[in-house]
Amino acid sequence: MVARYFKGTNKLTVFIARQQRFKMLIWLISLIGITLSVATAYSSIYKDEKSRQAVSLTMENPAMVAMLGPGYKMEDYLHSNGAIFANEMLLFTAIAVAIMNILLVGRATRGDEENGRIEMIRALSVGRLSYVSAVMIVSVLINIVLAILIGLGLASLQIDGVDVAGSLLYGSILGAIGLLFAAITAIFAQLTETLRGTTMFSFMVLIIAYLIRAIGDVSSEVLSWVSPLGWLVRSGVFAANIWWPVVITFGAAIVFGAMAFYLHAIRDLGSGFIAARKGKAYASPFLQTPLGLALRLQRTNLIAWMIGLFILSSSFGAILGDLELYFADMELMQAFIDVESDYTMTEQFMTLLMAIMSLISVVPAVMVVLTVKGEETKNLTENYYTRARSRTCVLGSHFLLAVVVSFIMQSLVALGLWSVGEAVMEETLSFGTTFASAYVYLPAIWAVIGLVIGLIGIVPKYTGAIWLYVVYCFLVVYLGDLLGFPTWMNSLSVFDYIPHIPVDATNFMVLIVLTLFTIVLSVIGFIGYTRRDIAG
Amino acid sequence: MPILETINLTKRFGKYTALEGVNLAVNEGEVYGFIGPNGAGKSTTIRILLGMLKATQGEARIFNKDVWADAVDIHKRIAYVPGDVNLWPNLTGGEVIDLFMNMNGSTNQAKREELIEKFNFDPTKKSRTYSKGNRQKVALIAAFASDADLYILDEPTSGLDPLMENIFQECVLDAKRSGKSVLLSSHILSEVEKLCDRVGIIRQGQIIETGTLDELRHLTRTHLTIKTREPFTSLNKLKGIHHLEEKGSELTFQVDTEEMDTVIRYIAKFGILKLESAPPTLEDLFMRHYREEEHSHSKAEGSL
Repeated sequence: MVARYFKGTNKLTVFIARQQRFKMLIWLISLIGITLSVATAYSSIYKDEKSRQAVSLTMENPAMVAMLGPGYKMEDYLHSNGAIFANEMLLFTAIAVAIMNILLVGRATRGDEENGRIEMIRALSVGRLSYVSAVMIVSVLINIVLAILIGLGLASLQIDGVDVAGSLLYGSILGAIGLLFAAITAIFAQLTETLRGTTMFSFMVLIIAYLIRAIGDVSSEVLSWVSPLGWLVRSGVFAANIWWPVVITFGAAIVFGAMAFYLHAIRDLGSGFIAARKGKAYASPFLQTPLGLALRLQRTNLIAWMIGLFILSSSFGAILGDLELYFADMELMQAFIDVESDYTMTEQFMTLLMAIMSLISVVPAVMVVLTVKGEETKNLTENYYTRARSRTCVLGSHFLLAVVVSFIMQSLVALGLWSVGEAVMEETLSFGTTFASAYVYLPAIWAVIGLVIGLIGIVPKYTGAIWLYVVYCFLVVYLGDLLGFPTWMNSLSVFDYIPHIPVDATNFMVLIVLTLFTIVLSVIGFIGYTRRDIAG
Repeated sequence: MPILETINLTKRFGKYTALEGVNLAVNEGEVYGFIGPNGAGKSTTIRILLGMLKATQGEARIFNKDVWADAVDIHKRIAYVPGDVNLWPNLTGGEVIDLFMNMNGSTNQAKREELIEKFNFDPTKKSRTYSKGNRQKVALIAAFASDADLYILDEPTSGLDPLMENIFQECVLDAKRSGKSVLLSSHILSEVEKLCDRVGIIRQGQIIETGTLDELRHLTRTHLTIKTREPFTSLNKLKGIHHLEEKGSELTFQVDTEEMDTVIRYIAKFGILKLESAPPTLEDLFMRHYREEEHSHSKAEGSL
């Protein structure tokens, strides 16, 4: 009986852990690294009572409650840096841990099944439940390791207010929520027939859990209890240290895990409980155009980015109203913002926001162009080039789409900020200024697009380097002033040349030069692309 | 004037030479079989012909146009089916067929429906769910539904079942009947034998043999099985006899085509009771080239 179901589980556990070891290592290092470094940073930011009071006020803002969960009591903030840290970091770290589990478990279960790898394994002398057991063992191990390392790591920092009991609870919450989402993903891996379906449904659960908690935290506490994310923000880490959220999260994980096992045991390999939908038998005329095809292949991705960016900019819009009240005291913000300026704090903050949001807008635009290279790696471009479609046409339609995407993304950024700001602020933002301050970044975004085109045409092996450049630009905007980068380092970023509207005047010369830069790079890229070998 | 022609085609990837002086010619209305083992350079040649790779040296022309410079123009009259068809996972098979036909520049709806029916293909499923054979059907349907003058088929049946392979062969013969030309690269030698007028064999980036099947057969051996009234012993002393085996009262052996006459005359003297002859298969030919390295090297020089 045991042999029939579980034979070979040990070997498969090692096998799966080996396969995923780099991904797991990177996730662990980044999650632990960010947690510990932020915890250290907070202890030096909020030194005095005044700044902690300011935090407490900020956390009462409904927009902040919706984003981060309910705040602690005022005296908790005053007594403990840990409370501030947990309030700002716990929920988003938990979401990151959930994402890690969704991706790892999804790939190791339905992903391996879809690719036919499990079929190969199951043909060996291996039990029916061995593979899924091995995946679950690996995910239990990684979540336990994560919980222990974060718990011990935080405790070892010896920050005032971050005690051992709280640290261990903090780590345990993350581990438990990780296990819960590992189990939920394992269930969807049984229900759907594709990896895409598995991760999509799992992410939908995560998003719904977040939204229910957000609405519940602002309006009705009972509603929050429906969501596991609602449980964990009620743990009062570093203050009351309540353990029951960990217990019920863990319990739920076990129940869902058992369900996944049961479903796996009763279904056929390769099948799912939710049948795939029937698709269209014919291509629409729009799909048959080069631009239509490029857009269709990116559709889901782009819609997700549009929604995400709009939510992000609206939530920034939501806190604009309270901005001047709360941030006047904060040392951190003063490093970014010039206090003795003719412009209001809101306006200055907005220029920083725009720079950051524009760098986020770059990502989907770059991804659109990068699909040309991605499709080449997957031998999909041969579908164009062995037929009567030219290279210029394919690259050109992606270039055009990327430019359109950059425009739409910046419009959504401006719209989110302006419309929500309009609702919450007394002295409202000007429609024109908001949009101008977003659109002024377009030439910088285009320059990055031009750079990708150049890479694809001339050095296709190194197209991935564009992400390093985007990260670099982000560092310059975010930390350039804080870390005191020399001027030449700042000027390597195309975003550094963009005037900060409304604080700076619009400098058309710079924008024209950047656009010319884009054109030159793109022309070089197009020429290179039409002259080189296409791999597939 | 050949419809497809390469002259001294050479391709190097860095230091590695993939093709070395390949000469190919496909005439109008002809089905040309292009055979060779994995890694011999078949797909590299085809990728150059399709303008995906640029030849390091030499010339390749289709419809008397340069395959690199006029790729898009040429492709309007070409249909291509690769051995490994890659499709966009989130489009349905029907959508991809329409896309491919549209990219080929022709839309013959009636032919499309007919082929979908023939190949027993469900066009409403997402491409990610198709097996290898079904993905090949997508490319085959799109190719044969478009109105091409030249079909370039690179191991197009590697994932098809025998039933579907039959339908594929019908499609090729249909195309041939209406005067189209076909370049068929294949591993399935019986298929090549059945369909092709002429054959080229490539090994390590060089064409080592080319000609009609009959011409190639002259270079190889015929299988004979004989039974004679009087036993004889001195057969193995004759020139051109190979793999002599005695099975009871029967003898089986292979004989070089050029020695056939002498051998038959000799054994006739012993009173033939039974004589069975099997023509050399393309497989024998193929195996001979790849098994007997030295032998085929000298042959290669002879034929080029």
